[in-house]
Amino acid sequence: MSKHEKIEKNIGLMGVLVAIVISFAGIVEIAPLMTQASVVEPVPGLEPRNALELAGQNIYVAEGCYNCHSQQVRPFVDETLRYGHYSVAGESVYDRPFQWGSKRTGPDLARVGGRYSDEWHEIHLIDPRAVVPTSNMPGYPWLADTPVDIEETVASMEVLQMLGHPYSDDEIANAAASLTDKTQLDALVAYLQDLGTAMPKSYQ
Amino acid sequence: MIEFNDKVVKQFTIATIFWGIIGMLVGVIIAVQLAWPAFNFDIPWLTYSRLRPLHTNAVIFAFGGNALLGTSFYVAQRTCQVKLYSNTLASVVFWGFQLVIVGAALTLPFGFTQGKEYAELIWPLDVLLTVVWVLYAIVYFGTIATRTVKHIYVANWFYAAFIITIAVLHIVNNLAIPVNWHLSYPVFSGAVDALVQWWYGHNAVGFFLTAGFLGMMYYFVPKQAERPVYSYRLSIVHFWALVSTYMWAGPHHLQYTSLPDWAQSLGMVFSLVLLAPSWGGMINGIMTLSGAWDKLRSDPIIKMMIVSLSFYGMSTFEGPMMSIKTVNALSHYTDWTIGHVHSGALGWVALMTMACMYSLVPRLWGRDGMYSTHLINVHFWIATLGIVLYIASMWIAGVMQGLMWREVDANGSLVYSHVESIEATFPYYVIRIIGGVLFFIGILIQAYNTWKTIKGAPRPEARASQVDTANAVGEGA
Repeated sequence: MSKHEKIEKNIGLMGVLVAIVISFAGIVEIAPLMTQASVVEPVPGLEPRNALELAGQNIYVAEGCYNCHSQQVRPFVDETLRYGHYSVAGESVYDRPFQWGSKRTGPDLARVGGRYSDEWHEIHLIDPRAVVPTSNMPGYPWLADTPVDIEETVASMEVLQMLGHPYSDDEIANAAASLTDKTQLDALVAYLQDLGTAMPKSYQ
Repeated sequence: MIEFNDKVVKQFTIATIFWGIIGMLVGVIIAVQLAWPAFNFDIPWLTYSRLRPLHTNAVIFAFGGNALLGTSFYVAQRTCQVKLYSNTLASVVFWGFQLVIVGAALTLPFGFTQGKEYAELIWPLDVLLTVVWVLYAIVYFGTIATRTVKHIYVANWFYAAFIITIAVLHIVNNLAIPVNWHLSYPVFSGAVDALVQWWYGHNAVGFFLTAGFLGMMYYFVPKQAERPVYSYRLSIVHFWALVSTYMWAGPHHLQYTSLPDWAQSLGMVFSLVLLAPSWGGMINGIMTLSGAWDKLRSDPIIKMMIVSLSFYGMSTFEGPMMSIKTVNALSHYTDWTIGHVHSGALGWVALMTMACMYSLVPRLWGRDGMYSTHLINVHFWIATLGIVLYIASMWIAGVMQGLMWREVDANGSLVYSHVESIEATFPYYVIRIIGGVLFFIGILIQAYNTWKTIKGAPRPEARASQVDTANAVGEGA
């Protein structure tokens, strides 16, 4: 252990060595992912979210829905029975940040799109116990009274376009018009109804 | 005589206890909301999904962070026998760090969030934190560099690794393009973002809540036990093993997700390997007491430290087990994860922090000891009981949820709906609240005891105080 003395007497050397040993994992695990096609290529049919759905995604993140809902169907019989086809990485390429979650206090939402009616979602988001009596989800009644932030949503599309989401300039130009008179509730429901719809519903 | 800067350490100490109370109070509130959703009151900023990030940020970064920054300044000065590199910068670091915390408290409940777990702070606060962290590194490493003793004491290795690694993690995971003053989009998306996030998230545990607190442990446990560290050789081996292994374990948060299999398997293997360096630290800490085991009877601070190390050993055994894919298939997404986190967070991190604060406060304020040893003992028992109720209820709830979700009948149909698992969890949520409230009462007792100690009210078994801050000289390595 006497060789270790050199390190113990030189904080610069110790700092450099620490920086080196902590770097390997990122280089080996994260860097190759960025070039793995299954991870960075969208699944066929996956479109970037339209203006209303994107506004909904911003609300989903702002309200912290990810604290209780995952968007990731694992490849198990019970999960495919309950939620549908297991999730694949190509479905998440337009998710910034990713929404796989870490806890299912409520159910998974990866394929909730089309499962319930818009009206069900509206009632449920305002007062969850009106439709699921033993739910412990908070109500979000203010969503119905709050208009979507049009300026922010358009700016969001511009930033995402810059990051490589394939929005056309026309889509961005028409975004503001499509958001007129929309509430946060409309946007969040539109986002939920779009989730998981690029893949077949059930596991074949 | 060296004029140590204890003013800033005192500030950090008080901030630790203050933010601990706030963070744990929010924890109790959100635990109540999960059992009885009416306690969300339909008020946006009191809603569970907005408060949960406030709880995690407050306990990890405000309570834990203030303890780490404060003790690192105290330990660096003592073990290097030199005053802080810059008192002005140290003060800027303290107030800058409090500004970040207040910023978090003023944004998260109002829906301004980045939406990445344990990295929810919006981008302007991320930038501010980066600046504060660089200044912190300058003060800390400047102090180490100007030391008057040859060797760098082992506690400082861990603090150094913590400071460097947290800087790397924080910057990479928060790389984002701003949309406006509060909204930004990460440069990574989907599966890549998921892995970057859990590479960060797991190592916030590994370096913030583990390496940093091992630094605290390596100074305060030997100090309190009045014994040298058990094994110098073990500290070298487990330090480098811990630092080089932890970073690989992030993917275990993504088992069976659409993260490619090779990354999941790497994460699992390294998580299993991590058991060894983790237990190296636990053994080195607990065995430091060899030859002085009687102190477990007489000194409740030592008792708290040893129980803390035991929880550390337990949760670092549980963690690798949960990273095994077969186990993770059951445990992931359930309350078992919450139980696991809290056996580490309450058992290891919080108990070690509380014990170190009990050890530190009388030294900082030149008192003979804490105002009441009896109250430390009461705190110890009430906190331990709280932890046990908390983690046991979450274990049972988590395993039950996992089993209910996968239950299929003879025809191959699901037996339970999701909401039935929520209904079945209710009693365990109530037990968890009781555990959390007990733990919260514990820190209130500590705050009272600390207040009375600082106010200098005479101890019940009053004895002439002959200790002054001068005894600080000569402490350390």
